[in-house]
Amino acid sequence: MSNTQELEIFTETIDDAVIVRPVGEIDLSGAPALRQQLKQAQETRPGRVIVDLGEVPYMDSSGLATLVEAMQIARKNQGKLIICALQQKVRSIFEIARLDMVFKIVNTRDEALAL
Amino acid sequence: MSPDASQPTVRLEIVSRPSLLGAARALVATIAQRCGFDEIQCGQISLAVDEALCNIIRHGYNCRDDGRILISLSQREAQSPGIEIVIEDDALQVDPDTIRSRDLDDIRPGGLGVHIIREIMDEVSYTRRDRRGMRLTLVKHLHPVAAAARKSESNT
Repeated sequence: MSNTQELEIFTETIDDAVIVRPVGEIDLSGAPALRQQLKQAQETRPGRVIVDLGEVPYMDSSGLATLVEAMQIARKNQGKLIICALQQKVRSIFEIARLDMVFKIVNTRDEALAL
Repeated sequence: MSPDASQPTVRLEIVSRPSLLGAARALVATIAQRCGFDEIQCGQISLAVDEALCNIIRHGYNCRDDGRILISLSQREAQSPGIEIVIEDDALQVDPDTIRSRDLDDIRPGGLGVHIIREIMDEVSYTRRDRRGMRLTLVKHLHPVAAAARKSESNT
């Protein structure tokens, strides 16, 4: 019995940016896979790590914790972590946790690439 | 259970396995919708339950995947329409006074669950169960306008 949409994670590189695009719900079940992928994406110390959440309809604090950790790694590497394309339901958890002002959040992937 | 809560509408017993969280969220959202909450509120109520279940799995059962968790959902009527959700486990007992939100200015991974639960729900109460485990009672009141609309619908 499981209703959770299986989380899939896609990664691509454009110039100095690594784009990580999870597809599905990010909860305690899916967060470890995202954490692993984000760690891998940061191994080459890219200038920007862009997390495209356009196809993530749900995230809980496990997902937030994973993103906070990734942001801290990016800062340590003197890079940036940018989040884009948040759905409203997911944006609201950033607001509830008061992390909407902590992360760099933009509306689209193109905006993130232009930064 | 509070005095004006009806008998539990639904009871769900699951084991402490993260892969079951999605099913629990879907059930909670469905019952919340039947209680008259809108889509955003249904999502938030199921998020609060998700956070409570995550805390039980991680801290109560130390990530063991065979612990019992019972979720009871009731529609509240009378003076304060809404939903009441009771989550019971057989996990480690802790002093309810020690279950608090952390300082959000300290930006670090983890520890946000209790804050999220308290932000979303109107009433949050942790108690020790008689022999083992904890009981968490969550209440969300329906906004008076939504409650009136719901009452009017049920009268037609």
